[in-house]
Parts: sequence; structure tokens; C-alpha cells
Amino acid sequence: MSQTGFDRRGFLKTSGGMIFGTLAASSGALALLAPSRTWALELETMDAETGAAVLRVTRYIFPHDTLDDAVYALVVKDLDAEGAETVELLTTGVASLNEAAGGAWMDLPPEKQFALVAAMESTPFFQKIRGKSVVSLYNNELAFAHFGYPGESFSKGGYLHRGFDDLSWLPQPPESASPKAM
Amino acid sequence: MTQFAKDDDSVVVVIGSGAGGGTLANELCQKGVKVVLLEAGARQTPATFINDEWAAFVQLSWLDMRTTSGSWRVATDFPNLPAWICKTVGGSTTHWAGASLRIQEDEFKARTTYGDIEGANLLDWPIGLADLEPFYDRAEDKMGVTRTHDIPGLPGNNNFKVMYAGATKLGYKDCHTGRMAINSRPRDNRGSCLQLGFCFQGCKSGAKWSTLYTEIPAAEATGNLDLRSGSQVLRIEHGDNGKVSSVVYADADGAQHQQKAKVVCVAGNSIETPRLLLNSASSMYPDGLANSSGQVGKNYMRHMTGSVYGVFEEPVNMYRGTTMAGIISDESGNDPDRGFVGGYEMETLSLGIPFMAAFLDPGAWGRDFTEAMDSYPHMAGMWLVGEDMPQESNAVTLHPSDKDAHGLPVPNVHFDDHPNDIAMREHAYKQGSAVYDAAGAKRNYLVPPYPSTHNLGTCRMSADAKDGVCNQFGQTHDIDNLFISDGSQFTTGAAENPTLTIVTLAIRQAEYIADQMSKQAV
Ligand SMILES: Cc1cc2nc3c(=O)[nH]c(=O)nc-3n(C[C@H](O)[C@H](O)[C@H](O)COP(=O)(O)OP(=O)(O)OC[C@H]3O[C@@H](n4cnc5c(N)ncnc54)[C@H](O)[C@@H]3O)c2cc1C
Ligand code: SF4
Repeated sequence: MSQTGFDRRGFLKTSGGMIFGTLAASSGALALLAPSRTWALELETMDAETGAAVLRVTRYIFPHDTLDDAVYALVVKDLDAEGAETVELLTTGVASLNEAAGGAWMDLPPEKQFALVAAMESTPFFQKIRGKSVVSLYNNELAFAHFGYPGESFSKGGYLHRGFDDLSWLPQPPESASPKAM
Repeated sequence: MTQFAKDDDSVVVVIGSGAGGGTLANELCQKGVKVVLLEAGARQTPATFINDEWAAFVQLSWLDMRTTSGSWRVATDFPNLPAWICKTVGGSTTHWAGASLRIQEDEFKARTTYGDIEGANLLDWPIGLADLEPFYDRAEDKMGVTRTHDIPGLPGNNNFKVMYAGATKLGYKDCHTGRMAINSRPRDNRGSCLQLGFCFQGCKSGAKWSTLYTEIPAAEATGNLDLRSGSQVLRIEHGDNGKVSSVVYADADGAQHQQKAKVVCVAGNSIETPRLLLNSASSMYPDGLANSSGQVGKNYMRHMTGSVYGVFEEPVNMYRGTTMAGIISDESGNDPDRGFVGGYEMETLSLGIPFMAAFLDPGAWGRDFTEAMDSYPHMAGMWLVGEDMPQESNAVTLHPSDKDAHGLPVPNVHFDDHPNDIAMREHAYKQGSAVYDAAGAKRNYLVPPYPSTHNLGTCRMSADAKDGVCNQFGQTHDIDNLFISDGSQFTTGAAENPTLTIVTLAIRQAEYIADQMSKQAV
């Protein structure tokens, strides 16, 4: 998992914060890919509070209840990597969530958290997170494992001998429509 | 490798190495004609192709700045990506799915068949099916199209099984694994399909026809091809006699070179081809080359498209195997009783998780979206592709202020659906959903058109010089030694995927050019 940006050694750090998590017991496929159940994400520029809030906002925008925080953290990582301008936008956005919450947005009950995020739909803050997530959240091996999409297939010889036509709950088409593999 | 001198004015310069340009270059080389093939993109091989949707997209796609306008949804969702096409040796034949269908007799006579449709700039092609049949035959042989030349069809994958079950229940009669330029058995020194499921990312097994590893090496073997990759043509120049005489191109480092030419053939796909003619305006041709009709860049067509993804109780795993694994052709005829003219095809399609997220419902968020994504392994998918109406206002024009890295105006692509396109799409969505319902779908997702993969018509052929840009051989009406050699030539779009016809026209054009050269007529 370290090649996807999680680094359990990197506690000596720069200006950015650090966010942590523990893989849920239910994240079966994911747990197999991860070197340990706990993960930590080191941020370059973003502070830890903003990072944690952005992760939560991302969960409201693309809610997959059984998809682990570790995968959502990849979105935070990619946003952080965009640099100061993006981080500024996100920090201000989280501040306005707190303002609207009249305190810490993170401490509100889920329905209230969601309502405040939804109210920001047309803001650059929301659109920045949505736009980044729609690529980052769905373009990594952890997500592939969750969604049942294996990704790369050439090194495994494709699906010719691995079930390209294994569907058996419908009648087999006749050979005139679908000849046998040669 | 063969190299011709830059001041050798006996060569034919072909611009673009995709379906049109790559084929034309090879056909000319086989006849002993010297060809300089200028390709803007880099050269890959099956070994360097990547089984990863975004990484392959970045490796192969044309990503130079483009702008959009008009009421099509692509202009909102992908304002700088009107088209999903390639910038690489082999062009979009690296990316394509391989569906290879002939245009139907009636479709060549669109104006006669459909009559006067308000707002449509319809015209009959100056040629018919009979003119093209012998060349279609050669193209199918060259490309190894299944279900032609005794080549068996491909085996159907899971996605096809769902389509077939629904189609037959619904009473459709014409459903099979398609006519595909993908080897179902070894042929032409290429192996058969391994069912990798990454046809849109470049076929790593080489089973799918692409000019990159068929036409181009065959042309190189003749000693008559000088392929220069990383060479983007910026303008075409002409002499005092009005004939084209040379092209100016930028190499990968941005340095500019001039190449002299006896004949110039433009095959940059239907956005870059008209852009190049427009960017080559001169005092003799103030509106751009070959544009006395004013039709250069006009009548841009992209096919009526859309997709339906059905979700089933049981798993489908549609990503396994050929991306386009089967077809229903029952709706491809012209039956105005359906509420529109022209027809459409239904073809299986699959996207991986990354592209599904990007294209399912661009801009969407929340539970409906994630519920769809969560049902991915249970999805079957099909693409709907039909004839769209040519409209003069749908056009590729030069942007008034935005410039590219070479200082040239970027192209703007304007598109509005014609009412006929909208009526056809609604019908196609309804029938596509009915197919999946018949196979037991729990629900269906109607997915909007992707950025254009089929780009057509912007330098169309016409019998009369005032109606179009080139004649039936792709020779421009205005300039004898300037040819259009790609899908820009299409007078109308027809329902079928266009590449087989682009290749067919290129084979026919090569005969014509070689003949004209031998008669000293160009
Ligand atoms: C995902 C996808 C799936 C598809 N599936 C199918 C299918 O199943 N069946 C089908 O029939 N069609 C399919 N197509 C469409 C098919 O790829 C195109 O119709 C076909 O490749 C177009 O051929 P062309 O010669 O016009 O252009 P291209 O093949 O796009 O080639 C144009 C080449 O010209 C180069 N070029 C452009 N401008 C310049 C310049 N100024 N100087 C130098 N070089 C330049 C480009 O870099 C490019 O390499 C698909 C396309 C895509 C993207
Ligand atoms: S499915 Fe077949 S044609 Fe498509 S990429 Fe794989 S081997 Fe090539």
C-alpha cells in the first residue's frame, strides 16, 4: 500500500498535517491488499483538520457505505498534491462549513452535515472536490477491488480462459450468432 | 528507414496516419509512389500500450486545446474535449473497437431517400454502394473483418449473452457477434483475440486491426515510405498557379520544417482537417484552401449516440472480453413511421470503473450515482449509434482569440442536435431499455453521448462544386493536387460505424491518385 501514498514511517514531517484511520473489519478485499489495518496519510500542505473534513465531505458527495476511508483518503492526497491554491480553496470552504454549523461541522449529526454540504453544491469548493473525486476515488486498485473490477488483464492472458463467457443464468446463444472460441 | 529530401517535390505528402492516412500511404507505397507521412503523435507498439483507462487516454489521445459551443451536453460536461480521438501513429485505429459495417444503398442517397428535412443540409453522395462494393471487399480482406471472406465470427462474451437473450425475446432477428476487424483466428501474422477487454486502450495482442502494425510496416517494407512521427503540419502552401506545393510542420521540439510535395492528402480526422485548410488561408484563398463553396468545416456530424446500461440480479462482468462484442441491426433501416428518418445500430459496450465514473452521468453526485457504481458487476451495456442530420450551423471554426502552442487558432466545435437526432435517440433509449427489460433487468441507466468518437462530414464530397469541398475521389473541387482522405469526406453519416468506409475510400483514392500521377494530370 505504500506505493499508493500511505507511509507508516513518515512521522517526521513538514508543514502539512497527517490523517489516520483503521480499516473496518468489513473491508475484506481491501484488507488483503493493505500491509496493515492502520493507515496514515501524510499531507504536504493541507492541515489535518481540513484533511479530515474534506475526507468526510467526499463521503457525502460519493457515498459508498462499505468503501473504506482509506480509499477516500486518496482523494484528499490528490487534492493536497495540487498545491497551495487548491488547499487555500479547501481551507476556506471548510471554514464556511464551520461557520454555517455555528461551531465544528464535524461534530454535527450526519443529516445536518449532509444538508450543509448539499447547500454548497454550486460552490467552487464543492465542485473541486467532486471533480477530483470522480477520477481519484475510482481510479485505484483499492477501489477496483471494492467494485469487483480487476483492472489490467494482459499479464493474466486476458479472459479467453478466465471466464469471458461464463454467464450461465441465461440461455446460450446458438453458434450461428456466437461461434465457439478457436 | 527511407528518407526523402525536404525539397523533393515528387513525393505525395499524407497528413495523419490513422484509418484514412495510414491506409492511403500504404496503398500508394505498394504502387511504387513515394510517400512522406507526417503524423503529429508519437509511435507506440502493442508492448507499450497500457491496460489502464486514464493512463492509456493520456498516452494516446489528442489533448491539444479545443473549445466547444452549442446546446449539446458535451459542451457543458467536457468543454475542452469535444472529441475522444487520438494523436499517435495509427491515429484512432489504436483506440477503436473494430466494428466494421458497410453503408447501405439507401443511405448513400440520403436526400432522395429522406426528402427535404427542415434544417438539414442533406445531399446524396456522388457515389453509391455499387461503386464501392469492390473496394469494400478489399478493405474487409485487408482488415480481416469477421463474417466476411469466410472468417468466422468472434465468440460472444457475457455482455453479448445478455444482449442476445433480450433481443430474441423482443423479436429482433438480426443479432450476432458482429462484423469486427478483430482476428477470431490467427491471420495476417497476427494472433487471435485474447478477450482482454481493453480494446479502447490499444490492443496489446495485436488481434485488432490498426494501421500502426498493419498498413504502416507494410508500407515501410516497400522502401517508399518516409514516416515522420511527432510532426504536426501547421499549414499547406501553394504556388502562383494555385496548386499546393509544400507543407510546413513542427517537429517534436517545435522546430519548423518545410516539405515540398507533388500532391498533398489531408487525413487529420474531421476536426483537424478543416482546421488545417482554414489555417492555410492566403491572399489567393482568403477563406482557406478548397473553400470556394464555403463548406469547409460545415456539416460536422458525430452520429446520434447514447448508451443504456442494464442492471441484473445476477452478475454479468461485462468488462471481460471484446469491448464491442455484438450487434442488433434490426433498427438500422429507414422507417419514418418510428417518427424519424434514418436508422441506428445497437452494439454492446463496456467501460471499466474509471470511465464508468467519468461518463455515467457527468456532473452527478450522491446516492443515485453511487448506487449505479455499486451495481457495476451486475451491469450489461450497449451503445446506440445512428445517422445524424448534417446541419450547416454544426461547424468546426477557428477560435477568434485562443491559440495553440504553435500560435495557431484552436478549433471550436459547435453542435446542436437536430430534432430528428433527438427523436431517434429517444426511440433508441426506449428499445435499448426494452432489450434489457426482456432479459430481466432490474433497472436501466440512460447514459448521454460521450465526447465524439465518430467525427464526420466537415469537407464533404459532392457532385456539384458549390455544395461541397471534394469530388467522389476526395480530390478538392478547387485544387487538383489537394485531397481529403479521411471521414471529413462523408456527405452524410449513415447509421454504420464509419471506419470501414474510410478505409474503403482510401483504397479507391489511392488508385485514382496513382492513375492521375501516371497521366501527369496532378
Ligand atoms: C473509443 C473509440 C472507439 C471507436 N470504435 C469504432 C468502431 O468500432 N468502428 C468504427 O468504424 N469506428 C470506431 N471509432 C472511430 C474510428 O476510430 C475513426 O472513425 C477513424 O479512426 C477515423 O479515421 P481518420 O483517418 O479520419 O482519423 P484518425 O484515425 O483519428 O487519424 C488522424 C490522425 O491524424 C493526425 N493529425 C491530425 N492533425 C494533424 C496535423 N496537423 N499534422 C499531422 N498529423 C495530424 C492525428 O494525430 C491522428 O493520428 C472509434 C473511435 C474511438 C475513439
Ligand atoms: S479484447 Fe481482443 S481485440 Fe480487444 S484488446 Fe483484447 S485481444 Fe485486442
